[in-house]
Amino acid sequence: MNWKHSIVSAMLLIAIWHVAIQITGVPSFILPPPLKVAKALWFYREIIAQNALITISEILLGLLIGTVLGIGTALQLAASKTARALLRPILVFSQAIPVFALAPILVLWFGFGIWSKVIMAVLIIYFPVTSAFLDGLISTPVGYLDLARTMGATRLKTLFHVRFRAALPSLGSGLRLAAVYAPIGAVIGELVGASKGLGYLMLLANGRVKIDLMFASLIVLAVLTVCLHLTIDALAKRLTKDY
Amino acid sequence: MKPAPQICFTGSATIDGKQLFAPLTLNINAEQWTCVLGPSGVGKSTILRLIAGLDTFVSFDGQITADDGQSLSGRVAYMAQSDLLFPWLNVADNVGIGASLRGEKVDNDRVAKMIARVGLTDHTNKKPASLSGGQRQRVALARTLMENRPVILLDEPFSALDAKTRSEMHELAAELLSKRTVLLVTHDPAEAARLAHTGYIMQENGVTRMDMPDTTPVRGYDDPDTLNCQGALFRALRGDTPT
Repeated sequence: MNWKHSIVSAMLLIAIWHVAIQITGVPSFILPPPLKVAKALWFYREIIAQNALITISEILLGLLIGTVLGIGTALQLAASKTARALLRPILVFSQAIPVFALAPILVLWFGFGIWSKVIMAVLIIYFPVTSAFLDGLISTPVGYLDLARTMGATRLKTLFHVRFRAALPSLGSGLRLAAVYAPIGAVIGELVGASKGLGYLMLLANGRVKIDLMFASLIVLAVLTVCLHLTIDALAKRLTKDY
Repeated sequence: MKPAPQICFTGSATIDGKQLFAPLTLNINAEQWTCVLGPSGVGKSTILRLIAGLDTFVSFDGQITADDGQSLSGRVAYMAQSDLLFPWLNVADNVGIGASLRGEKVDNDRVAKMIARVGLTDHTNKKPASLSGGQRQRVALARTLMENRPVILLDEPFSALDAKTRSEMHELAAELLSKRTVLLVTHDPAEAARLAHTGYIMQENGVTRMDMPDTTPVRGYDDPDTLNCQGALFRALRGDTPT
């Protein structure tokens, strides 16, 4: 997906949205027309921007911390078979707990501020990043490892100079997923308990039947997620352009 | 470089109790090229991996000794069918990777000399993806030379090259790897006829030492001795004549 495709897709979606309202005659307090949402976007631009900034901070912090933790865990697991045997089932089991169910607990523990949402984003991206990178680390081409061995490479040097570098495309795949998941984590946290952020604004707008503002916030969130995905995609491609 | 030893490989190998190769003895003469020629699946590469000290899935019953009584560990360099160049490193960094992997300082002057010896000075800063197959194998050869090991193990390193490039690589490798003990595993009788001081045909029932021309390798590709030898090797490989 590139920028041009994204714009064309968005235009198509808006057209379908407009036509659907015209055909069905659905009232605007259920589904406001695109123009009304655009007006709300402009009218509430300041409040939307302030809350979007909070959500962006939560997403980026979550993405950063989750990625660092994911890379660290994958390296640890790749370096030790015992660690892999012990921790992998725990890692998989942890995914059996729905992250949505954890949101109220995280809000209870870490409060209404941004940290409960950051942790939510971290939890949601930690597994895909760890799993994708670990898969890359343990599937290094055997020839590379043979070469390193005959050259007298140390295990640590092999891990960082060979396995880490060879696994970057896998890490890129993990990060692409993380870019889409992180906003979900942050917004779930905001929906459960927050005093700021786009999720909070949507909940507030819903309560006050300002459906146009709700949709405006939703569109901003979607655009942010797409921008994040495209940015991460471009970074991942740059990182692995020689592979 | 330390003096190149003579190596004696003797023994048999099984996989899950099933024989891979029967008891055999290979004498790999010091400072000469020894070729093991045979069809796929008879265990040629396994012999090479056992000498290199690399992991195999076989149970080996036998011994690998050097005539100087010392271990081969740290005295062996390895070239495989795939060039095993790291795509994320440029030519110079690939050639000097051994030192990096051992945590040693890379001797950049020597790297430049090795690249010059394989005729790739103009490509020093290029990534492997922008090189041809022949150029990539030249880089792999420069990397092997950089290691400056007395024993060189070659696992069909020229088999993926086109005929012209392959014949050029034969000449370059023979020139640059002289004064080293070289074991070349190949399935190409023409390659063995050009390069080998000593030739073995390996089949399921063991190895047969072949008569090689008295001339010194590298032999001309259209030299009558080379062509006769190539024919004899081919016949032996096909089982057309008793060997």
